[in-house]
This record gives sequence, C-alpha cells and structure tokens, in this order.
Amino acid sequence: MAGDFAWIRPEPHGIHVVPADAWIDPARPVERALVTHGHADHARGGHGHVFATPETLAIMGLRYGGAARETPVAYGERIALQGGVFATFVPAGHVLGSAQILLEHGGERVVVTGDYKRLSDPTCAPFQPVACDIFITEATFGLPVFRHPPIAEEIARLTGALAANPTRCVAVGAYALGKAQRLIAELRAAGYTAPIFLHGAMERMCRLYADYGIDLGDLRLVADAPKGALEGQIVIAPPSALNDRWSRRLPEPITAMASGWMRVRQRARQRNVELPLVISDHADWDELTATIAEVNPHETWITHGREEALLRWCQLNQRRARALALVGYEDEDD
Amino acid sequence: MERFAALIDALVYTRSRNGKLALIAQYLRETPDPDRGWALAALTDGLDFPAVKAGTVRALMETRVDEVLWTLSRDYVGDTAETASLLWPEPPNEQAPPPSVSEVVALLHHATRATAPTLLAGLLDRLDANGRYALLKLATGAMRIGISARLAKVAFAQAFDVSVDEVEEYWHGQAAPYLPLFDWAAGKAEPPRTDLLPLFRPFMLAHPLEDGADVSLADYAAEWKWDGIRVQLVHVNGESRVYSRSGDDISGSFPEIAAALQIPAVLDGELLVRGDHQGGAEGGAASFNALQQRLGRKAPSARMLADYPAFVRLYDVLIDGGEDVRDQAWEQRRARLEALVPRLDPLRFDLSQVIDAADMDALAQIRSLARDAAIEGVMLKRRTSPYVAGRRTGLWYKWKRDPLLVDCVLMYAQRGSGKRSSFHSDFTFGCWDGDPDAGAELLPVGKAYFGFTDTELKWLDSWVRQHTIARFGPVRETDKSLVFEVAFDSVHASRRHKSGVAMRFPRISRIRADKPAHEADRLATLKAMIADPAPVGGKT
Repeated sequence: MAGDFAWIRPEPHGIHVVPADAWIDPARPVERALVTHGHADHARGGHGHVFATPETLAIMGLRYGGAARETPVAYGERIALQGGVFATFVPAGHVLGSAQILLEHGGERVVVTGDYKRLSDPTCAPFQPVACDIFITEATFGLPVFRHPPIAEEIARLTGALAANPTRCVAVGAYALGKAQRLIAELRAAGYTAPIFLHGAMERMCRLYADYGIDLGDLRLVADAPKGALEGQIVIAPPSALNDRWSRRLPEPITAMASGWMRVRQRARQRNVELPLVISDHADWDELTATIAEVNPHETWITHGREEALLRWCQLNQRRARALALVGYEDEDD
Repeated sequence: MERFAALIDALVYTRSRNGKLALIAQYLRETPDPDRGWALAALTDGLDFPAVKAGTVRALMETRVDEVLWTLSRDYVGDTAETASLLWPEPPNEQAPPPSVSEVVALLHHATRATAPTLLAGLLDRLDANGRYALLKLATGAMRIGISARLAKVAFAQAFDVSVDEVEEYWHGQAAPYLPLFDWAAGKAEPPRTDLLPLFRPFMLAHPLEDGADVSLADYAAEWKWDGIRVQLVHVNGESRVYSRSGDDISGSFPEIAAALQIPAVLDGELLVRGDHQGGAEGGAASFNALQQRLGRKAPSARMLADYPAFVRLYDVLIDGGEDVRDQAWEQRRARLEALVPRLDPLRFDLSQVIDAADMDALAQIRSLARDAAIEGVMLKRRTSPYVAGRRTGLWYKWKRDPLLVDCVLMYAQRGSGKRSSFHSDFTFGCWDGDPDAGAELLPVGKAYFGFTDTELKWLDSWVRQHTIARFGPVRETDKSLVFEVAFDSVHASRRHKSGVAMRFPRISRIRADKPAHEADRLATLKAMIADPAPVGGKT
C-alpha cells in the first residue's frame, strides 16, 4: 500500500475526506456532503453542497426541500473533488438510488458501502462489488443469528395470513422509504393484484418510486377507504403507527412487521407483532461475510451495527479489520 | 415436529387467550396420537428429560460455533434455545426427514448425559430454524410461552366439546401421552378411574354478591373469607397432596401440611401462616404478606418452616373416608367436616367458623367491624348446595369488605397489549412523601390497569398524550397533575418498593380531574392503613 490513508478519517459524526474537505453521510450540517442514500440517518438536511445519485437527491428534496447546491452523480460516473480526490457512485442494492462511494486518492482506493444488501430487489439496482484497499462496511445485522430467508417465503406467509382471515386486514409496519415499496413490488411480482392501502406518510414516496419507473400497481389511501373496504386487504404503515391511535380505524388488524429484526422472537413480541416478516434491506450475516470475502480488501472497517461479531469473524479469517465508532446511525425500524 | 413447531411459533406471537385456545384446540384435533399427547405435556411443562439441560445445548453449540460469536449472539437474543436454533449450521448433505414428536420424545427418554449431545445434533440437522427452536424448548423443558396447565385443559375441552371440569378431574391421574384421556374425549372409552389416586378435584367457586341480591340467612350460611390461598388437601392410599387453586401440586412448598394429613379425605380450605411471629396471639392468622414469604419457595428451609408455620383453615369436605360427598347438601357436608376435624392435628388444621348473625343487616355490621388482617370478607353458602365445580349462580357468594381508598397522582402510563395496544392503560401512581408545598416528592405506590370504563380509558389515553413530559419506550411520564381515587383491599409494609408499601388489588375507583395534585394523599396516610399485624382468631 502506498500511504497511511491519513486522507480518510472516521470521525464520530461521519467519514471525513480530508483533501476534498467533504464528508460522507455526515450526522450534522457540513459544507460539502457525499450522501450514500436517502434514509434519514444517512441523509440529513442543511448541507451546503450535496453530491448524490439523482434518485437520492429527489428523495432528499421530498424530505428536506433540497440543498443550496446539488450535484447529481450517475452510477458509474467518476467525478473529481478537490485535493485530487475522485469519487464514483456504485449501486448498493439497499433502496432506490442507494450507492456505495468509491474514493480514490494518490493510487489508494476506499469504498464506503453505506447500507447494502445482496438479495435481489425489484426496486433498485443490484450491489456491485468493487475492488479496494479499504472496505468500510455497515454491520446492522452483524451477528450470525441474522439470516434473512428468501423473500418469496415471507410474501407467501403474508398472503397466507390474509387468506386465512378474510374479515380482518393485515397491517404491515414497514419503513416508508424502500421497505414499503419493495414489499409492494414483491407482492405484485408474486401475483397479488388487489389494491394495497397506504398510511398517508407512504404516499409521496411511493409516487416518487413510480416516477422512476417502478410499477407498484393499484395503491390507495386508508384515509379514503370506505368503511368495510379494508377487510381482507393489506395495509402498509410506518411501524410507529401500528400500535398507535391511527390503527384503531382498521378492521381487527393482524399486526405484521417487515424487518430483519423480526428474526428474533422477543424483538417481535416487544413490538406486539403477530406476524413477523423477516424482510430486510440490509445484508444479513452471510451476505456481510461473503461480501468481505469477495471484495477481499486489504483492510475492513466496520461501522454502525453490531461491529464486534464481524470484527471477530475477520480475526478468525485472518483479515485486518477495525471497528469505527460513528454515531447517529440506528436503523431500528429496518 | 413441523406441525408442533408451527404451533409453538404461532403461540409465541398470539396474545389473546381465545386465539391461543383456538390454536391449541385445532392442533389437538388434527394431530394423531401419541404426538398430540406429548405435545400437550410439553406445552404444560409436563415433560422432563434429565439428560438434556440448557448446559447441554450450550456445550453442543460450542463444538459448532466460535465461542465469542456464540456469546455475543446469546447476549443479543436473550434465550439459549432460540440462539442455538438460529446459529445451528445447516448440514451440507441430504438428511432424513424431520422427526415426529413421538420419535423425539422416545430418543430423548433414552438419552444419557454421554449420548445426549450426539443425539440432539442428529435431530437438529433434520429440522429448520423453527423446528430446532421447538425441539430445544421441548428437550430442555422450558417452554415459557405463557401456556398454563389450565389454558391447555380449556383448549382440550374446546377441541373435543367436553366439559372442562371433567377434563380437570380426569387429567390428574394421567401421564403423557394421555391416551385414555383422548379416547374418552372422542367417546371411545369410559372416563379414566380417579378414586384410588391422590388427584385434584376442581374447586367450587363463588360469585361476588351484588347489591340488592335476594339472599337470606335462612337459606344461606355465612363464613369468613380468609385472605390466604385456597388449597385442596388430598389423602388416599397413604399419599398426601396439597393443590393450589389452579390445580398445581404445591405439596413440596408446604411439607408440614402434606405430612400432617393422615386420614383418607379430600378437603377444601384456606392456607394461612400463623401470626405469632409478628407479635400476635397464638393460633391467629397473619396477613397475606406473611404467607407471601412462603409462596413460590419450592423447598422451604427449616428456618422458613419455623418462622412462618403454615396451617389450613377448613371450609369443606369433598371426599370423606373414600366416600364422594360432593352431591350432598352443604349442611350435611358441614356436619361431616365438623365430625372429622377433631381427628386432625390441631397444629395444622382448624375449622373455619360459621358466623352467627340474625339477618343480613347484622351480618353487614359484623363484616364492617372485622379488623383482622387475614379476613377478606364473608362467604355466603346456600345450605342446600352440592359441591360443584366452578361458579354456579345462586349457590355461593363472596362479599368482600369495602375497599380502602386513597387519592394518588398519576405518574407514568404504559401502553397495554392486545385490544388495548394503542391505549395507555397501565397506570403507575404515587403519593407525596411529605408536604407538597414544602418541596415533597411523589413516590410510586402502585400500579393499576383496571377499574375504568372504555370511555374513561379513551379519555385517559388522550389525557396522557397531552400531558407527557418524557417517554421511555412504551412508557410515558406525565406532568403529575391528575388525581386518581385508588381502591385497594389492603396495604402492607414492603422492603421491595421505594415507598415502603405494597397494595393488594389496587384499581382506579374514580378519576378526580377536579382535584389539584397537591391535595392528593401523603404516604403517611397510606402507611397508617397498613393492616394491623396483630391477628385475631377464627372467632367473631
């Protein structure tokens, strides 16, 4: 390796690309931000100049009304930043527009994954492994107990519960960006053509996905549904709405939740979930370890999540690794 | 095993009692013998394989998974069986089909500590994650999925449309996989014989006496309702048992009682602890608080036995010298009981006295004057009533003492579960530890989740939402401005609570939105209500 990678510095509030004076997914407003994807713990408002994929910029625009200056960067496009730093945005397979960011400086290559998964997702471009010296990976599900089953199995459990309870509805808690649209797209792919009813907070994001050519079929608002119309239907809402007043309008809802955390029974029970659906937009343990092995970096840096176990795995497999202590990333609802 | 695993999985996520009953009933109807019997035993913690314990599972996992990864995973998941079920590596080669429940039980029954790990590994290889979870729960005998023995019996009765009282009665003589029980329920066989075994018989229970009920002491006898735990004592063929209200065998917790019963009989009574250690008179009953020292102790020490000696105050006789007298009138049974008591050890047994009152008004006065901490109220028993299982209208009534009242301030509210999952319905309230105008603080004194109507619940929920000052997960801290009138049966000194008091059966009696918080009661008021530890005897 050429240098000591002093040009890239993990700070508590984000990853600082020193020569470019830019930050990746900073947790507080900065002058120049490179944003991997639109989830609120990665994309925050108030930055001076934002570099991101066009989809991520659109999502941020929807949420924060746009930054002072925006530079859309297409997948695969290599852009020059200050101080001899080049950045390339590569699909991460997490949500619409999500990217890993490859940074190059003085012959050294660093990849920041943001959040990613390897399973197929009809709503976004698939993850592409990129050769690098340092691979900065997320570790949300960095424990070997997390193994996400094939999504078709979970979709079948959802439609099965619906068929078995014709007078009730299944209310699925799902993150408003990414999870909800993926769930809908997978239901459509499985041949489910009935209207799907949405909480109001889901509507604009679903429309944005449709604008980017992702067909989600017949979507309606719960608020517009006449009494009785929800029996035997699927309702999708943010997880926080399910145990709250909003859910009182639903006909005897079966509370479901689409999340990687649903793998653990107690986590599901704590949230009063009756139908846990193990559907995640993050890499599970096998995907994380397989990706590190495939990318085969000189060194792996591990961030936000359960770093310890992945660190241990790297150790057991004679891979150089360190855990970063970044703050502010907590994707409890995934 | 897959069907059983699916049942366990569904039960874990089903909160409503009816939902659980329906799931178990369906399983029992659709599953063949003997699988369903073994499953039933597993659900009610009735299976024990001495060679397989949680330690066996841990040791096995450490041969398959890195120790650090195991520990990190176990810490996160919080349950050994579940962690192991998720971490077990899928075998690379083709496996035999999943085992049946009976096959698993047969294998585990013959396991030794030496063979258990290999055996378990072979079974785990043949199952998926859900199956592995069910297997490990069954093997280690720690289901803990909220299925009581009673719930399982009700489900059994529901599955085959038989009476739960009969199920309760026949169940106790049976061992898993309960084939005679299933045959009887299906109408294929006579009920199993129960007269030669030390079995539990279902209790007769009472309805609360409503205002204006047409009850006259000409037809009803009055007795004290003692504040201990209701027990059934059984002695047959030289064996004695003490059963709790739920039919659990608690002989081990009260060995002095089991040992003292030496005549063939089935008796109904109240288990109490003598109060003399608290400074009371010899022979008196201490408060429920004293009894609590003994409850839940599976094998009490000699010290516990000496400090908190138990005795049973007898109410009724079900079987007398082998003769089932449950069909006889209460008056006849009472005569038999009175004749029987002198043959019992007076240290361990006495008779619950009938209260001598001219009429209901006189009884009401006697009831209101009763200050004994061990008295919960009075019972009214129809003189002609047989001893029948469960609650029957018009036969037995309980007439509790008027509750005590105190004004408390709402401090925290927690969202409920099931139908109440969107409502803040669990309320923690406190009293002032001094003069609130001189800087006194509120200390939590109790928690209640009933006593209000559905309309009041909605009002309370929205009040809590508007007066939240902090949130801790499902719990909200309120601005401490709402006063509740809290009703409770009694209050006791408690070292476990910061306030130093513990209430029995607290419930919200009235919402006092009109009352300013600083006018709520002080802790000293509540402490003054601590039940007088000096007991009185069984007489009025």
